[in-house]
Amino acid sequence: MRIGFSFCSKSALLVFAVVLLVVIGTGLRVPSANADAAELKYLSPGEMLFSPDGTRIYVVCERADQVLVLNAKTGAVAVRIAVGQSPRGAALSADGSRLYVTNSWDDTVSVIDTKSLKTVQTLVTGFEPTGVVITHDSKTLYVANRLSDDVSVIDLASAHEVKRLMAGRGASYLTLSSDGKRVYCSHVYSKITGSRTVPQSEITVIDTASQTVSERIPLRNVAGVFRMAFTADGALGVAAQLRPKNLIPLAHVEHGSVFGDSLALFGPAVGGVVQLPIDELDRYFAMPYAIAITPDQSKLYVSTGGSGSITAINIPKLLSFVRTVPKDVGNDLSASANYVTARIAVGTNPRNLLLSPDGTHLYVANRLDDTVSVVNTRTDKVVSTIDLGGRKDYNSLRRGERTFYNAKYSFQGQFSCANCHIDATFDGLQWDLEPDGFGKDIVDNRSIEDLTGTEPFKWNGGNPNMPTECGPRTEKFFYRSQSYNSAELADLVSFVFALPNRPNRYRLPAGELTPAQERGKTIFQRTAYKNGQPILQQNQCAYCHSGPKYTNQQLADVGTGKPTDRSSKIDTPHLTNVAYSAPYLHDGSARTMEEIWTIFNPKDTHGVTNDLTKDELNDLIEYLRTL
Amino acid sequence: MRSRFFMMPTLLLVAVSLFGATPDMPRFDWQNFTVENGLPNDHVFAVLVDGDKVWAGTENGLALYRDGRWKVFGTADGLAHRAVLSLALDKRTGDLWVGTMGGLSHVSAGRIDSYTQLNSGLSNDVVYGVAVQGDYVWTATAAGASRLNMRTGQWSLFNERNTPMYEIWTYAISVGPDKVYYAVWGGGVLEYDLKTERWKDYNDPDGETEIVLFKDQGLIHEITTSVSYVDKTLWVATYFGDSRYDGRSWHNFMTKDSGLPSNFTNQVRALDATRAWFSTDKGLAYYDGTNWAIYRPALDTGKPEMYVREEDGKITDIKVDSAPAHNYVLGIDFQGDDIWAATAKGLSHGIRKK
Repeated sequence: MRIGFSFCSKSALLVFAVVLLVVIGTGLRVPSANADAAELKYLSPGEMLFSPDGTRIYVVCERADQVLVLNAKTGAVAVRIAVGQSPRGAALSADGSRLYVTNSWDDTVSVIDTKSLKTVQTLVTGFEPTGVVITHDSKTLYVANRLSDDVSVIDLASAHEVKRLMAGRGASYLTLSSDGKRVYCSHVYSKITGSRTVPQSEITVIDTASQTVSERIPLRNVAGVFRMAFTADGALGVAAQLRPKNLIPLAHVEHGSVFGDSLALFGPAVGGVVQLPIDELDRYFAMPYAIAITPDQSKLYVSTGGSGSITAINIPKLLSFVRTVPKDVGNDLSASANYVTARIAVGTNPRNLLLSPDGTHLYVANRLDDTVSVVNTRTDKVVSTIDLGGRKDYNSLRRGERTFYNAKYSFQGQFSCANCHIDATFDGLQWDLEPDGFGKDIVDNRSIEDLTGTEPFKWNGGNPNMPTECGPRTEKFFYRSQSYNSAELADLVSFVFALPNRPNRYRLPAGELTPAQERGKTIFQRTAYKNGQPILQQNQCAYCHSGPKYTNQQLADVGTGKPTDRSSKIDTPHLTNVAYSAPYLHDGSARTMEEIWTIFNPKDTHGVTNDLTKDELNDLIEYLRTL
Repeated sequence: MRSRFFMMPTLLLVAVSLFGATPDMPRFDWQNFTVENGLPNDHVFAVLVDGDKVWAGTENGLALYRDGRWKVFGTADGLAHRAVLSLALDKRTGDLWVGTMGGLSHVSAGRIDSYTQLNSGLSNDVVYGVAVQGDYVWTATAAGASRLNMRTGQWSLFNERNTPMYEIWTYAISVGPDKVYYAVWGGGVLEYDLKTERWKDYNDPDGETEIVLFKDQGLIHEITTSVSYVDKTLWVATYFGDSRYDGRSWHNFMTKDSGLPSNFTNQVRALDATRAWFSTDKGLAYYDGTNWAIYRPALDTGKPEMYVREEDGKITDIKVDSAPAHNYVLGIDFQGDDIWAATAKGLSHGIRKK
């Protein structure tokens, strides 16, 4: 299960020998429980942290369920610490004695004693914990929970989650202000504001003294917001974000009207929120993810996961530009020439960034290379690359994943699959795709987890299989550029089909149903009205939503068609993990599951629900959330 | 020297007894707010104090008073409905829960999310009462009780199908460390035991009659409007008097045998097992366990009025210069020694006289 070292090749033996020497040299012990794992896996490095004394770098590896401990001087991997499933975030206590790692699929935080390098405690969080920060006094941990849309406040003395604060949808990344007085939370999904409305997100600001939300900084025209950083004086906050242009037909790729890769600036240095592009007129830098600001406040770096590069920005020039051009320039691609100073090519899917304490070097985690690029911040050149020791042979799934996150296939590198399917999920937005004609068939972006056996694809069932879904259609209508060759397409399809379901948080541990869920299951499976009259087969929930994925893979007219739809027949969607994929219906018009039936099913054409009491409808929804 | 100090209070006590001094009941200078000085509407259903912030639920929006200014939130801001009926503070998060005529709203750092019977599991859009208990938000609606689990998003409904509730018009809630109480308009009081997760009902032993055959033998009337559970003692307001229940014995309050200014009570707010405030249609009343104090514009002249009614029935007028905005009081909350009162014609701030 855990990543260890392969003893099957000379190169692996060499790596092991080097690591052993480094370990001995640095005095670090390799926990025996972790060292004997047989199979080498991909690592997917994410968040990185320096130990307070600067001798170690901790690297969270999501795919390997590990934290690597690197010798900061040599870059060698000294220790691999097993943690929970899909670790994403990490924070260190002020004295460096405790490392806190969020396990996103376990809904826990592993507490690691950095002396023994063992997990000594496990803390419980909300659903899908991702970002984590610790207060300066090391007494309180804040954890962003992506699926429960909130932030856990954990008292470390008692190891107890004392409260959860409502954040926004897809609460994911946390940043502590320079003075430690506030925690800032960003969100990978936009708010559910209603079909065909302007995407909106927010930065949730938490006051650490009162442990309450003190402010919500609105971000208009923004969907995915990723990591943030502050200048040392706290005057400038910067968030990496996506500006989707989903309210216009997806027919203007050549004009850049799909996504804007941008930054949100906030804080006293700029007054309100200022959104600025990092793209250029004829070249895009897709999927901005992390921000790093040098201690002297002269430079900021932005990782762009889809373009395999780091963008360097001169902060004084940036602020000067903002002050002289106060209007909204979020879509003005000429703006970036005023403050972008370098584009630094690094590895595949660079995401997390870490600056050395003295600011002289920038560490870039290349998530799909299992390497770390080291950039000299004076020259903005890559000076070395640290091999984290992950599996080197890229199998079909890994190749497919690298394709999925790579924007090079689209015109001028504008976007990749991952732009709409954030972290291989969805974006919660509705799009007007061109092949249907302008203003036709407005469709909600569906989740792509666990798709095997759910064909056909598209809401109108137009694509019989995944190669059709991802192949020429993508080339012609989305990317307007080079598409995948047959091998790349096969790999991509393999990767997409292999995407597992995230753990369902509504099922009881043993899989049994609560009384409410049981009652809901009975309603879902009923074949007769309350008065005993039989329900037509096509109007029974379990007829269309049948099989292991709860779809009969057929088209059906459930009365939810809109005048803009070319056909009233809709592909029956699978229901696995349906609880997480709001909004609902083919065009996203139902903001919640309740609205599917309370608003959009007046004639009982989408299942028979109008004879249900409110209690019974609630029960039905409780059951659906377990699927 | 020491004995002289001890003698002073004794002499004072003797003097008070001899001359029948009026009990020292709280006195206030009343500052009233209406549409003329910032309220969005004079009809104020509910008031809630959160530190230096005062929230008022009015017929035309939610109003926040802070630093001497009013800020108004309406449906354009996301509020479920302009008529705000009830308010509850989640003390852990600082968030406000708002019951309206059109759903339940959640106010958090300026953002308002609303739950309705169409977009959520809320049982009904008319939310008369709301309360926060741990991770749960309890609501009293025109179609039974709803409970939202803030961690999971799960809604649980409680009504005639799964509780002793025979009338589903729930009106108000009070939560304690061990129990949740509902005032059910026309259905008495319901008690939910947090440990056993079981419901129990309390009803008027006289049935739905408007006479009291069995005084102090149970709830005074089925038409309950408010509950207040403090120190394991339950206080209940009805339109026909009020009740107190300590777990063993009931004690009822009516105008004819207490200082209550009216049997028509909109809210009872207990301080402890013996003291409570009553919001009635004929003024605001305070009961200290023995004596009563009434605050209102005089019913005949409308001039500021305060009087104290002692245990023996003696009534003493207290000279005052101000009074709550109106006799019809719907609810109160406390801000230190001060009191805020929601009335049918304005919001009143009672500034405690030292």
